[in-house]
Amino acid sequence: MATRLTAQLDKVWRIVRQLSGDDAYERYLAHHATHHADTPPLSRAEYFRRREQEKWEGVRRCC
Amino acid sequence: MDTRNPARSPLALLTWIAVAVLGASALGGIALNRGESVNALWFITAALCVYALAYRFYAAWIAARVLCVDETRATPAERLNNGRDFVPTNRWVVFGHHFAAIAGPGPLVGPTLAAQFGYLPGTLWILIGGVLGGAVQDMVTLFFSIRRNGRSLGQMARDELGPIGGVAALLATFLIMVILIAVLGLVVVNAMKNSPWATSTVAATIPIAMIVGLYMRNIRPGRVLEGSLLGIVLLLLAVAGGGWIDQQPGLRDWFDHPGLPLAYAVIAYGFAAAILPVWLLLAPRDYLSTYMKLGTVLLLAAAIVWMHPEVKMPALTQFVDGSGPIFGGALFPFVFITIACGAISGFHSLIASGTTPKLLSNERDIRMIGYGGMLLESFVAVMAMVAATVLDPGVFFAINSSAGVVGKEAADAVAKISSWGFPVTVEQMSLLAQQMGEATLFARTGGAPSLAVGMASIFGSAFGQGMLALWYHFAIMFEAIFILTTLDAGTRVGRFMLQDMLGNLWPKLGQTSWYPSVLLTSGLVVTAWGYFLYIGVIDPNGGVNILWPLFGISNQILAAIALCVATGILVKSGKLKQAWITALPLLWLIVITSTAVWEKLSSNDVRIGFLAAARSLSDKLAAGTLPPEKAAIAPTLIFNQQLDAALALFFVCLLWLIVADMLRVCYRHLAQQPVPPLSEAPHQLTRLEEAWQRD
Repeated sequence: MATRLTAQLDKVWRIVRQLSGDDAYERYLAHHATHHADTPPLSRAEYFRRREQEKWEGVRRCC
Repeated sequence: MDTRNPARSPLALLTWIAVAVLGASALGGIALNRGESVNALWFITAALCVYALAYRFYAAWIAARVLCVDETRATPAERLNNGRDFVPTNRWVVFGHHFAAIAGPGPLVGPTLAAQFGYLPGTLWILIGGVLGGAVQDMVTLFFSIRRNGRSLGQMARDELGPIGGVAALLATFLIMVILIAVLGLVVVNAMKNSPWATSTVAATIPIAMIVGLYMRNIRPGRVLEGSLLGIVLLLLAVAGGGWIDQQPGLRDWFDHPGLPLAYAVIAYGFAAAILPVWLLLAPRDYLSTYMKLGTVLLLAAAIVWMHPEVKMPALTQFVDGSGPIFGGALFPFVFITIACGAISGFHSLIASGTTPKLLSNERDIRMIGYGGMLLESFVAVMAMVAATVLDPGVFFAINSSAGVVGKEAADAVAKISSWGFPVTVEQMSLLAQQMGEATLFARTGGAPSLAVGMASIFGSAFGQGMLALWYHFAIMFEAIFILTTLDAGTRVGRFMLQDMLGNLWPKLGQTSWYPSVLLTSGLVVTAWGYFLYIGVIDPNGGVNILWPLFGISNQILAAIALCVATGILVKSGKLKQAWITALPLLWLIVITSTAVWEKLSSNDVRIGFLAAARSLSDKLAAGTLPPEKAAIAPTLIFNQQLDAALALFFVCLLWLIVADMLRVCYRHLAQQPVPPLSEAPHQLTRLEEAWQRD
C-alpha cells in the first residue's frame, strides 16, 4: 500500500517536473546520448539559455 | 479508446442517460427560471454534463468518423523528433502546455461584460458555442496541422487554398494582435487607475519576474520549479506589501495616478519588454502567470462548489435591446461578439497549429488535447460568468458602467442605476470599496475589477471575510500578471510578423537578431497598439465600449479563417457530407461578424455606430456646444471613430475574401477542376508504442 502510494506520488512529481520544464536538461541529455553521442552535450546553463530563446520565437500565448 | 460503439454495456448506457437527464434539468432550470435566484451549482452541473456528453459522443464521432484519426500513424513529434521543438511528450504534459497557452484573460473578461444582458444568453453561448464551435475548431486545426508536419494556420491556408488565404490569415493575425493588446492594456489600466495598492502590486511583478529570471539563468540554471516557487512567494508578499504601501501617506502618492499616465507607463513597459532579452522578463513572468492561472482557476472552482453562492442577476435584463451601459448593441449579434474566448476563439487555431502539434505522440490524443482543452477554457468562462452574476446587479452595473453613461457623481450614478430596476446605494458602494481596500469602485470598467470583487466575495465567504481586500488585490494581481504576459508575448510575436513582412521589402529588416530592425519593428508594433490604448483611455464612454467589440470581431474573423481552411480541406478530402461540422460554425460566424460590422458602420445610435459617433461629435464641435477641454480632444476622437470604422470594414472584407476563396476551391474540386493538392504527409507506421511508456 505504502509503496503504491509512493509510486503514485513519484509519477505525479515526474509529470509536474515535465510540465514545468524542470527536467528539460535531463531529457536533453538522454536525447543527446542516443542521437548525437559523437559530440559533447551543452552545459546546463547553456542549454537553458538556448531553450528559452527558441521557445519565444513563435506564438506562445493567446488571449 | 473505443469510439465505435459509444454505449457498449447497459450500465454505460444508463449512466449516459442519467448524465443527459441531469444536464437537461440543470440547463432547463437555469433557462426557465424567472424572478427567483438560481444557485451557481446548477451552472456548474449544466456545464459539466454538456461537456461530458459532447466529449463522449460528438467529439468521439468527429475523431473516429470524420477525421479518421489513426493511432498507428507516426506523428510529426515522432518522425521529426529533434529533441527541441519536435518531441513526443506525455499527453497530460501536452494538455497542460496547450491549456496554459490557450487560456488567457479573454475568457474571464468577455463573460463579465456580457453579463449585462443577464446570465442566460452568455451562458448558453459559452456552452453551445464551446461544444459545437470552439472545441471543434481547435480539434480539427490540431488534426490537420499534425497531418502536415505541424504547419501553421497561415502555411496551411496558403498550401490548401492558395496565396490569398495565406496573406489574409497573416494580416488578420497581425491586426487582431494589435487590437487584443490594446484592449487588454486598457483592462489593466482601468484596474490600476487611482489605486495605489493595485498599481504598486502590479509594478512589483516586474522586478519579481526579473529576480526569478536571474535565478533561473545565473544562480540555479534551469531549476524552473525552484525559481517559480520563489516567484510565487514574492508575488504573494507583493499583494500584502501593496496594502502596506496604501497606508503610507508619502509612499501611496507615488502609485496614485489617473488613466493616461498609467497608459503611457504600460506602453513604455511594453516597449522595454519587447527589446529586453526573453530570459529577463518574459520567460520568468510566463512561468509565474501559468502557475497563478492554474492555481486560481482550481481555487475558484473549489470555492464555487463549496460555497454554492446564489446568482443574483436576472436571466435576462432589459439591455437585450441594445441600450446596455457597459457596451452598446443588442443581444444579437453582440453577445456572440463580446464572448469570443470561452465559446470560440480564433487565436486558438494559432496555438493548435503552432507548438502543440509538434509535441503530440499519438493521434488518438487529439480529442483530449484539442477538444478537451477548449472545454476546460469554456468552463473557466462559465466560472467568470458565475463570479460576475453573484454580485448584486446594482453593484455590478455601478462598477462596470462608465462615468460617461451614468454620470461622474456617485449620487447620479446610483440614482440612474437604481432607476433601471437594479437598486444600489452610495453607502453600499462605499462600504464595498472600503472592504476591498479601494477609494472607490464606481466606473471601474473593463471587467477586471468586477471579476475581482466577485472572486473576492466568493473566496471571502469560503475562506474568511477578514481578508476581502487581500483577495481583491490578489485577483487584480492575478489578472494583471497574465494580461502583461500576453502583452509581452503578443508584442514580440507582432514584431516577428512585421519583420517577416518587411523582410520582403528589405531583407536586412527581416533578420530577427539585427538590433536596429528589432528596435524599429518593436517600436512600430508598440506604437500601433499604444495608439489604440490611448484612444481607449481618452474616450469619454470608457474605451471598452469601442475596443472590446472590435477585438471580438477580429478574433471571430480569425476563427472563421481557421474554419474556412478546415472546411476546404474536408471537402478536398472527399468528406463533403461531413463538412458541416466546420461549415455550420463558420456560417454562424459569418452571420454574426457581418451583422456586427454592419451595425458598427450604419447604426445611428452613437454608442453603437462608429460613424454616427463621429458625426454627432463633429456636429457638436461645429455648433460650439462642447466645453473647451472636450473640444480640444474632439478632432482626435472623431478621427479615432473613423479609423475604427475603416478597420471593422477591412476585417469583414478580409473575411469575405477568404470565404470566397474557400468556396472557389471547393467548387473547383467538386467540378473536378484542378485545385492545390492536399498537403498531407504520407502515412508512416508508428514505432513509439513499444518504446514509449504510456500511463
